[in-house]
Amino acid sequence: MLQSRRRIRYALAGSAVATAVIASAQAQQPAAPAAAPVKLGIVSFLTGPAASPFGIPGRNGAEIVIEAFNSGKAPPPFDKVGLGGAKIEAKFVDEAGSAANVVTEYRNLVQRDQVDAVIGYVSSGSCLAVTPVAEELKALTVLYDCGTPRIFEEKARTYVFRVSPHATMDNVAAARYLLAKKKNLTSYSGLNQNYAWGQDSWRDFVGAMKALAPTVEADKVLFPKLFAGEYGAEVSTLLTSKSQALHTSFYDGDLEAFVYQEQTRGLDKRMTMIMTTGEAAIWRLRDKLPDGTIIGGRGANGPLAADTPINKWFQKIYTDRYNIPPTYPAYQMAQSLLGLKLAYEKAAKPGVKPTADEVAAAFKGIEFEGPAGHVKMALGDGHQGITETAYGIYRFNKQSREPEIVDIVRYPAECVNPPAGVDADKWIEEGMKGAKCN
Amino acid sequence: MLTSFAILTDGLVYAAYLFIVAIGLTLIFGVMKILNVAHGSFYAFGAYGAATAVGIYANADWPAALGFLFMLVLAMTIGLVMGIILERGLLRQVYGKDEVITVLVTYATFLILEDVIVLLWGPQSYAAYQPMVSAGNIEIGGLVLSNYDILLVAIAAALALLAYWSLKFTRYGWLLTTVIFDRETAAAFGVNVTLIYTVTFIIGAMLGALGGAVMAPKIAVTLGIGVEVIVLAFAVVAIGGMGSIEGALIGALIVGICRAAAVHLVPQLELFVIYGVMALVLVVRPYGLFVRAQPRKI
Repeated sequence: MLQSRRRIRYALAGSAVATAVIASAQAQQPAAPAAAPVKLGIVSFLTGPAASPFGIPGRNGAEIVIEAFNSGKAPPPFDKVGLGGAKIEAKFVDEAGSAANVVTEYRNLVQRDQVDAVIGYVSSGSCLAVTPVAEELKALTVLYDCGTPRIFEEKARTYVFRVSPHATMDNVAAARYLLAKKKNLTSYSGLNQNYAWGQDSWRDFVGAMKALAPTVEADKVLFPKLFAGEYGAEVSTLLTSKSQALHTSFYDGDLEAFVYQEQTRGLDKRMTMIMTTGEAAIWRLRDKLPDGTIIGGRGANGPLAADTPINKWFQKIYTDRYNIPPTYPAYQMAQSLLGLKLAYEKAAKPGVKPTADEVAAAFKGIEFEGPAGHVKMALGDGHQGITETAYGIYRFNKQSREPEIVDIVRYPAECVNPPAGVDADKWIEEGMKGAKCN
Repeated sequence: MLTSFAILTDGLVYAAYLFIVAIGLTLIFGVMKILNVAHGSFYAFGAYGAATAVGIYANADWPAALGFLFMLVLAMTIGLVMGIILERGLLRQVYGKDEVITVLVTYATFLILEDVIVLLWGPQSYAAYQPMVSAGNIEIGGLVLSNYDILLVAIAAALALLAYWSLKFTRYGWLLTTVIFDRETAAAFGVNVTLIYTVTFIIGAMLGALGGAVMAPKIAVTLGIGVEVIVLAFAVVAIGGMGSIEGALIGALIVGICRAAAVHLVPQLELFVIYGVMALVLVVRPYGLFVRAQPRKI
């Protein structure tokens, strides 16, 4: 009995000691580890001529959206912290340099820094250079700003995605808007930079004009050198032409220099200008941009975006931080991050990072509402997004001293983008069959 | 008729721009035998300086003429300071070394100065359109011309006359000519070649900055503007002959008129024409239009 009491005492003491030891051990153990951070490589022009209009707004868009993700303050359904609960660590890389340099930096991000995904690239040249490498390395990559349709038309892709629509819709919508607003148009000219972007933009615009108004004639076709800066001869050529409208996909310094030079000589009084990327310049040019200019923004971005809660949220956080409203590259970056977040969280399993294959599978064909409207990954076998787009007329409001875009017309995504499986240039060439504009 | 007149006026304006940019480059090469890639940086700093000056005078509500003068003075002061720092601090260390080393030094300087621009002015672009807009326009022969462009042609003509007068009728010009002709002999006769080098480099730097300043109102002052300019300036200088000021003038006129004609008549050739003309001239005269082959000294 005594022994049994002793045993009980020993057993009680032992269990108390054991409990204390376990409790102490538990107290000494670190807290349950937080989910490992998700590393993202963000690539954009941080230096060079394309930094100011595109690269920096894109970078800024990434910075504030990632901050909102990490603090869980993005609106639903994007309100989960980071990506699937794991905080995002972003590494910003400059896109400036040759295509070879861009590819080297890409490889560094994927192989040396072991990023989980890369989001980036403004230049179509960079996108075309990086895409095959991304496929080779099986690295999840979201292209954010470049416009060339070739990425998904040349070959099926597995790991590369682009939420932002390609450039075809910019020029198809420009042609539709111009013809709707200028019923008596007989002749138009083009001023575009002499490289892939300018040439593709003009080809799509002329193709759309031919399909929609075959009797309207393309008059002067000018392709000055990229970043030429001096446009006196081009302005004279246009002043001596019979055109009533001018199509231009100029951007940045080229656009601003052209506007200053043409305005001094009154070209905008002679013809209506259609600027397919003009939205990115309105906050800089302000009252220097002629009233009546037809403005596009590579989608329904900035003042062309619909007044939705998520757009208001994005406009607010961007403007509060940078004291200037977001332009379309910032929107494109935000939309790309939102798309990646949805895909990542769709693929995620508790406690385990999804693989690039799993995220890619989840990304295919997703749809979501972003600041620039409804995104549908409809082209390129679910890898290329389409959205609606919009055009409007620029006006500098002299009372409020702020730029405005009025008379906005929205074009559904299926009206200005080719159907799935059809190449953009063929679609335009064959009269844009299947376009659903109503 | 209107097209011919437009080609002539556009060609003159473009030639003025090219000459203002190229004169400093060719002067430095003529005297110092330095192919100065950093000349593009002088242009860029001049343009940024001018944009800063325009920002100051626009806010201060000064008269346009005073503001324009302030713009030029500030830009050329920047050129002066840069010229002194680069020549005294850097180029002096490589005098007498192989020409390739000097080119590499100026190229490295150019790359460093591109980053200095980002540090000083940030990556955003700047506008300095006020002088051009306030100058207005004039209609001649049915073509509306910018008064600022006419002023640009006048500035280029004045520079050409000033360069001619300085070289032919001033003591410094005579000394410069002797150094251009034969540096060793000039030094043997007591010419202070080192001082001539310093003064020439500073004048070249100020001319580069002046080019940036007068172009700033026409362009968006943004990163990378120096790269475009240096390529064009090299083409003009190669056509006229390295180191020849009259060559730079004629080279600028040829390129300006040919480019304007291409834009008006065959726009597809606009890119090709500048370098096509350069290639054609170099095939016929490998040292450019105004420079003869020189016997090599042993």
